[in-house]
Parts: sequence; C-alpha cells; structure tokens
Amino acid sequence: MALLEIENLVVEFQTSAGMFRAVDGVSLKVDEREVLAIVGESGSGKSVSMLAVMGLLPWTAKVTADKMAFNGRDLLRMSDSERRKIVGKDIAMIFQEPVASLNPCYTVGFQIEEVLRFHLGLGRSQRRARAIELLTAVGIPNPAERLNSFPHQMSGGQCQRVMIAMAIACNPKLLIADEPTTALDVTIQKQILDLLVKLQAEHGMGMIMITHNMGVVAETADRVVVQYKGRKMEEADVLSLFENPRSNYTKALMAALPDNATGDRLPTIADYFKDGTEIAGAAVS
Amino acid sequence: MSVVLEARNIVRDYHVAGSLFSKGRTVHAVKGVSFTVDKGKTLAIVGESGCGKSTLARILTLIDPATSGDLFIQGKKVDIAKGDLTKDLRREVQIVFQNPYGSLNPRQKIGDVLGAPLVIHGNVPADERRDRAMAMLKKVGLGEEHYNRYPHMFSGGQRQRIAIARALMLNPSLLVLDEPVSALDLSVQAQVLNLLADLQDEFNLTYVFISHDLSVVRYIADEVMVMYFGEAVEYGTRDEVFSDPKHDYTKTLFAATPRADPASIKARLARKRAA
Ligand SMILES: Nc1ncnc2c1ncn2[C@@H]1O[C@H](COP(=O)(O)OP(=O)(O)OP(=O)(O)O)[C@@H](O)[C@H]1O
Ligand SMILES: Nc1ncnc2c1ncn2[C@@H]1O[C@H](COP(=O)(O)OP(=O)(O)OP(=O)(O)O)[C@@H](O)[C@H]1O
Ligand SMILES: [Mg+2]
Ligand SMILES: [Mg+2]
Repeated sequence: MALLEIENLVVEFQTSAGMFRAVDGVSLKVDEREVLAIVGESGSGKSVSMLAVMGLLPWTAKVTADKMAFNGRDLLRMSDSERRKIVGKDIAMIFQEPVASLNPCYTVGFQIEEVLRFHLGLGRSQRRARAIELLTAVGIPNPAERLNSFPHQMSGGQCQRVMIAMAIACNPKLLIADEPTTALDVTIQKQILDLLVKLQAEHGMGMIMITHNMGVVAETADRVVVQYKGRKMEEADVLSLFENPRSNYTKALMAALPDNATGDRLPTIADYFKDGTEIAGAAVS
Repeated sequence: MSVVLEARNIVRDYHVAGSLFSKGRTVHAVKGVSFTVDKGKTLAIVGESGCGKSTLARILTLIDPATSGDLFIQGKKVDIAKGDLTKDLRREVQIVFQNPYGSLNPRQKIGDVLGAPLVIHGNVPADERRDRAMAMLKKVGLGEEHYNRYPHMFSGGQRQRIAIARALMLNPSLLVLDEPVSALDLSVQAQVLNLLADLQDEFNLTYVFISHDLSVVRYIADEVMVMYFGEAVEYGTRDEVFSDPKHDYTKTLFAATPRADPASIKARLARKRAA
C-alpha cells in the first residue's frame, strides 16, 4: 500500500472571470522511504495540489478526486477533527513562502513549541529542549537565544529553516516540502537535504519535494513528476529523466538551464517551440 | 565610466530588546562593507543565509539607515536620516524584496499594484496606466486574466514576478533585486533574466543582484561580492571569483553546488540502496 495515493485530482477556483482549473486530473503516489520530486512551470498547480492534500485551500477552491488516501485512509471523506490529527503530525508541509507562513505576532520558539504541545502533548521543559534540538539540526546559530526572536528579526533563510524545524518536529510519515531551500545558500542547502535524507532512513519517512532546482532533484529524488498547466506531462525515475527526458515540455525546460546560455540570451520554452510543436502535445507517463 | 552606487564602510547593528526571560543584545548584521557599481553594470552578491545581504539591500535602497558608513548615489552622498531622500531618488532606486508576499497589499488588485506608482510619481492618466500595467504583466509571463486578481490568488513564482514588474514600472536607474528568481521555473527564469538584460542594454540600468543560485550569478554578473558573517570576504570580476576563488568560504560554496550529472545520480542511488 502506498503512503499517499492520489487519483485524478481536480482543483478549480472561483474567480471574477469564472471558474479557473488550477489542477487538471493529476495522479501520483509516494511510498515509504521514497522521494517523489515535482517540477514544472510556475503556476502549474504544484502547490495547490499539495495544499489540497493538506486540506488547506481557501473556500473558493473546489476539490474533487477519484481517490486521495493516506496510509489507506480516505482523506476526502474523513471528519475535520480526524484530519486535523493527521495533518501537521503524520503529514507535514514546509510551505513555499516561509516568512508569510510564520505568524508575525509570536516568537519562533512559541510557534515550534505549539506544534509539539498540540500534537505530542509534551510538557514545557521537554518542548523547549526539543525546540532547541530542532533549531540546532537546521543550522541556526545560538538556538536557545533565537527561540525568543520574532520572524521579522530573522533573515529569509532563517525563517525557512524555522518552517523546516516545525514540519519535522513530530517526525512525520510524509513530508511535503514545497521549495524548501530557495532562501538557502548551497552549503546550508546541503546540510538541510542531508538532514531530510537522514530522517527518511531513520523513520522511513516518505517525501514529496517540489522544486525548480534540477540540482536538488538530482540529489534527492527517486522519481520525478513534471507538471505543466495543471497537468502531468511526464513521470520517470530520476536517472531516466536526466538521461532521456521524453515529453516535449521536459526537454524544453532542461534546455533553459543558465549554463546553456548561447551568447547573451537564455533559451526559453517559447524559443524551443518556435517551429510550432505543441508543448503539451505529448504527455507521457 | 560613471559610478552609480558607492558604499563606503557600511555597518548595520540591530539592537534586540530584552524580555522578562532574556537580556537585550546587539546583532552585527553588516560589518563595514565597501564597493562601487558602474553605470549599466551588475554586481551580484552571494553569501551564507543570514550574512546580511537583505539588510544591505534595504540600506542601498534607502529604506533603512546604516548604523555608520557612507552611501553615494550618482556621486552624491545620501543620508536618509538627514532628509536627503527626494521624490526623484525614490523613483530612481527600486527594490524587489526577497519576500514578495509581505510587500504586496492584500486588498489591492494586481492591476492597481502596478498602476499605483504611476499615480504617485507621474500623474499618468488611467487608461495609459492600464496599458502600461498590462504590457508589463506580459513581459514577466503573466496575462490579462491576472489584472483583476488579488495577491493571494497567485502562485509563489507568479507573486515574485509581480514584485519584479512593480519595481520596473517606474523605469528606475538603479535596481536592487533580492533573490528575484528563486521561485521561477527555468523557462520563466530565462524570460525574466533576458528581460533584465534587455532593459540594461537599452536604458543602461544598474543592478545589484542577490542570489543563492551560482549558475544564475555566473550568467548575469559583471562583478561578484561574497559575504560571510557580515563581511565582504571576496570581491572581484566574475571571472576572477569563479576561476580563482581566494577565500575558504567561496571555495566551500562552489564545492557544495549540487551535481545533476547522471554519474552523480547513479552514485547517490547506489548509496541509498546500500543503506
Ligand atoms: N485562490 C486562488 N484563486 C484563483 N487562482 C488561484 C488561487 N490560488 C492559486 N491560483 C492559481 O492556480 C494556479 C496554480 O497555482 P500553484 O500555486 O499551485 O502554482 P505552482 O505550480 O505552485 O507555481 P510556483 O512554482 O510559481 O509556486 C496558478 O495559476 C494560480 O494563479
Ligand atoms: N530586525 C532585526 N532585528 C534583529 N536582527 C535582525 C533583524 N533583521 C535581520 N536580523 C539579523 O541580521 C542578520 C542578517 O540578516 P539578513 O536578513 O540581512 O540576512 P541575509 O543575508 O539576507 O540572509 P538570507 O540569505 O537567509 O535571506 C541575521 O542574523 C538576522 O537574524
Ligand atoms: Mg508553488
Ligand atoms: Mg535575505
């Protein structure tokens, strides 16, 4: 049984210009100990599909799926209170915009400890010790002192690491990491990726890694899903994706790496499809 | 060639107030940084998370004062504490914040976000504002359907592009971009970097470009400054820094860049299977 299994997920938003379909029939699954990377166009529904799993979309969103199961349990049909016990504990998410996701009114220590209190029922001193341990693990210097900082007193990358600490606080079975290292330099990025891999090995954690960074894909993923305009263009094991990308979209995306600059210009998808080839024409999976 | 931006020994300390449980302390975020940027050139700043890049960006764009040190823009010394910040200067120096969500008013539609600066700074009539905002949306890869949406109705990368579009609306001459492409897919990133390059060619724009992505830096920078714990530990032309890094931190940084070649992937997968 897969840890997470999604079939034919559709998410639509009410907008002033009518319904907008952000996710258009996406299916995917993740096993224990497995890392599934999701890459693809900005705005292609990566974050929205994962927020649907978490049950965190605004009321303007209409979510349907043939199946959305965590550990065999149907997420769409369980009660709110049952879902709240799972979300944040067994399924945790590192949100894409860390500064906006933290509460500006509380210290970061309070916010981490609140997760530990709500889901694990730890007492005060245990919470504090665990919070220090977590900040140390994500490479924040002077962790004990830093617990008293408010989000605006920390850098972008420090806020991102606080988010990561909160997400791994309860040793989740499934970690959804939405662009978890965008604000980190490559040395700290490496430290964080190593930490996540270690958690996988130790606890059998499964992971969904949303990223635009092909280096991060190469260093973490087992399998990769490529998304474009709400649809899955391609699914492949990580090695095949790099050695032999099959969909037109994936090939064009890889061609836009800055290292491929010819002269002064970087190739875009539009350049790649100048001859009129249909971008989304050949979805393969 | 004329120098557009000069920083001399910029220092910034933050004083953190104590509470019942902790005593106050001082964070030395920027510890005496100096550099110059010529007109029409790009200085890239890289460095460890928390080393003071965003703090410096806010000082260069006249949002926060430096604790000490001097800032010169187009040869003129600017001290915002002394009221040197004219309306013209405010238009010419723009910033793209690292955290675009926090810099957008949640109750303002995107069309108005882009149009508003034109009201404050130019009294541009409404239909021209609309046309210019629409054109700018398209340049950053968004569309007409986005004009009437609120900030929360966008993806992370779309919001990042809105922040870039807003900064470009006023035709600044100096633009400080703090991690402006970190949320963009490779193709949209290419489109935005090409746009910045075109504008630089056409209008001689000067950029300070903060980024953690070394391949982007290598592509866009004329000069590179590496910061570490508030200090500039390396500063030189792009080729000097990339081909002959002097400081240990720079070397560590280059060595930690993830590798995306099949041989490295195979080796990693083999390690995972063995574990
Ligand atoms: N509340 C909303 N109302 C209307 N449209 C929305 C809303 N939230 C998101 N969208 C749209 O849904 C689409 C998918 O957004 P999503 O955040 O999933 O993109 P993404 O793939 O994560 O992109 P990025 O890589 O830029 O973060 C986008 O086109 C976005 O504009
Ligand atoms: N308002 C503040 N009060 C106290 N300390 C602050 C404040 N703002 C930033 N700092 C501290 O100053 C240092 C530099 O922060 P800054 O945001 O400039 O880093 P950065 O180089 O932009 O990092 P990142 O790459 O993670 O965005 C950090 O240690 C941060 O915690
Ligand atoms: Mg997203
Ligand atoms: Mg920063």
